[in-house]
Amino acid sequence: MTVNRKTIAIVAGALLLVALPVIAGLTDEPYLVTLASRILIYALAAVSLDLMLGFGGMVSLGHAAFFGIGAYGVGILSMHAFEGTVLFNWPLAIGGSQAALTVWPLAVLFSAAAAGIIGALSLRTTGMHFIMITLAFAQMLYYFFVSLEAYGGDDGLSLFARNTLPGLDLGDDRQFYFVCLAALALFLFFSWRLVHSRFGMVIRGCKDNERRMKSLGFPTFRYRLVCVIIAGAGAGLAGALIANQTEYVSPGLMHWTRSGEILVMVLLGGMGTLFGPVLGAATLLLMEEFLSIYTEHWMVFLGPFLVVVVLFAKRGIYGILAGGNGNHG
Amino acid sequence: MLLFIEQLLNGLQLGIMLFLMSTGLTLVFGIMQVINLAHGSFYMIGAYVGATVALRTDSFLLGVLAALPAAALAGMVVETLVLRRLYKKDHLDQVLATFGLIMFFNELTRILWGRQPLFMDVPAWLSGSVEIIPGVPYPSYRLAVIAVGIMVGVLLYLLFTRTRIGMQIRAGASNREMAGALGVNIRLLYTLVFGLGTLLAGLAGVMAGPILAVEAGMGESVLILTFVVIVIGGIGSIRGALAGALLVGLVDTLGRAFLPILLRLFLSPAYADGAAASLASMSVYLLMAAVLVWRPKGLLPAHG
Repeated sequence: MTVNRKTIAIVAGALLLVALPVIAGLTDEPYLVTLASRILIYALAAVSLDLMLGFGGMVSLGHAAFFGIGAYGVGILSMHAFEGTVLFNWPLAIGGSQAALTVWPLAVLFSAAAAGIIGALSLRTTGMHFIMITLAFAQMLYYFFVSLEAYGGDDGLSLFARNTLPGLDLGDDRQFYFVCLAALALFLFFSWRLVHSRFGMVIRGCKDNERRMKSLGFPTFRYRLVCVIIAGAGAGLAGALIANQTEYVSPGLMHWTRSGEILVMVLLGGMGTLFGPVLGAATLLLMEEFLSIYTEHWMVFLGPFLVVVVLFAKRGIYGILAGGNGNHG
Repeated sequence: MLLFIEQLLNGLQLGIMLFLMSTGLTLVFGIMQVINLAHGSFYMIGAYVGATVALRTDSFLLGVLAALPAAALAGMVVETLVLRRLYKKDHLDQVLATFGLIMFFNELTRILWGRQPLFMDVPAWLSGSVEIIPGVPYPSYRLAVIAVGIMVGVLLYLLFTRTRIGMQIRAGASNREMAGALGVNIRLLYTLVFGLGTLLAGLAGVMAGPILAVEAGMGESVLILTFVVIVIGGIGSIRGALAGALLVGLVDTLGRAFLPILLRLFLSPAYADGAAASLASMSVYLLMAAVLVWRPKGLLPAHG
């Protein structure tokens, strides 16, 4: 690895993230850790979206659905564990659980399954249709959870405690922060390997010219579908984490404006890069925090800001920071 | 049976609203190839301006008359300032920029009108009900909405098939460069089409005012149904928008009204109501999925 602006930016960012709880402790601002955990979780969701958006060229406006399903996976299992009731009686009796090692993989699995179904239907179309259809399916799930009275409906579900992980106390904000950081780092590493694998090449090829990939003999539909499923699984993990952080899940997590926010994070940071979405998530959430100090109507500034970003700063923040070849993560 | 007719008309009325929304949007999609998430904002602008004028002057008609130019004007200004620069960009940029516009408009209405929703009254001369067939009274306001919708549909049909500007719009839709080369001012045409679309959205908004609450963010719920309509009907197709809008309106309304009754035949009442509520809220999306599997390009696609 040669030392260039990109490496410096990444190393500096990683050091900052590791040192952050210490800084928060020294400056006596424990709230920073909560905010930073939130940023890491959204960054995870944004990176997962970028896999299909930036690398696969599939513009989804429904990513929050998978995020919400992951969160509801945690919420529902936690509720059943608390009440001591079973989730299903048939074909197997499945009860609730609080163990992160059981619940999180299940949450990821639910999201991946949903991504598989929604992806299989949506991928029949491309372009503008694809955007609208992913949006519509996400709204469908949103209304589904709104009308699901057994699990709180519109009001959502409160968790009675965070999940348990052997050897760690997730109830402690700092330990939870490091779990989020580890999850993000692992997912970034996984994505980095994925993007540079044969699979990643095919996916990127599909983005540039699907017809050519088809005539080269690649079953592009299947590749794209797997990419959507992986992206959904990543968002599911982020959802499981956000449910733990806020100890509350509600349909609002999968509202379409949430999908829009995650999309904005990807674009703001720089799509088609792995670290861009992380920067985008940090920027957007920090801007929200910062602007809301001064005015409750911060959206009136954020909206036009987005328009300006689209019109004038195409490559995103990461593109500017990393300079020249910030293209492929 | 009487309930069925009433619900049928309710579905028709929702379908008409969706038709007004989706015509404008499908034109913008089909002709300019721009995905415009902010279409719901013009619906909201129409509703707010209409409600404000109607409340001040005590005249619903004046409210409607104010709402239409307001929505059209807002649309044309936005087109000139922002959307015009997005025609050549990819869909992703359009999504992001129009998402920013939604944030801006929603927050702006919160600043100007506050967080409390406005309530518009049905005008006195439309507040009664009409017996459509003996024994079935139906609110005359909703009938008026249906009538206005049908009228707009006919006018649009005449505009597109019988007038010069309609011909130019169709020409611009099928080949932008060619129409431009033949002397059509494409830029102006696009602005006008966009204004027409937002005018229709404003009309839908002001007519929805007395039925729903006028509040910030009211545009989004209807926007997403509009997307469903356009996906079902086929992008860029007005006939498709009409078919899709009526289908979505009917399926949504009838689903909400009759699914509980239907499911009670098979399930215990408590369980049936929950399942019916979930199923009814998902019904239009399931319809969309079915259409998508059967005809990915929509029921009545614009070009072939």
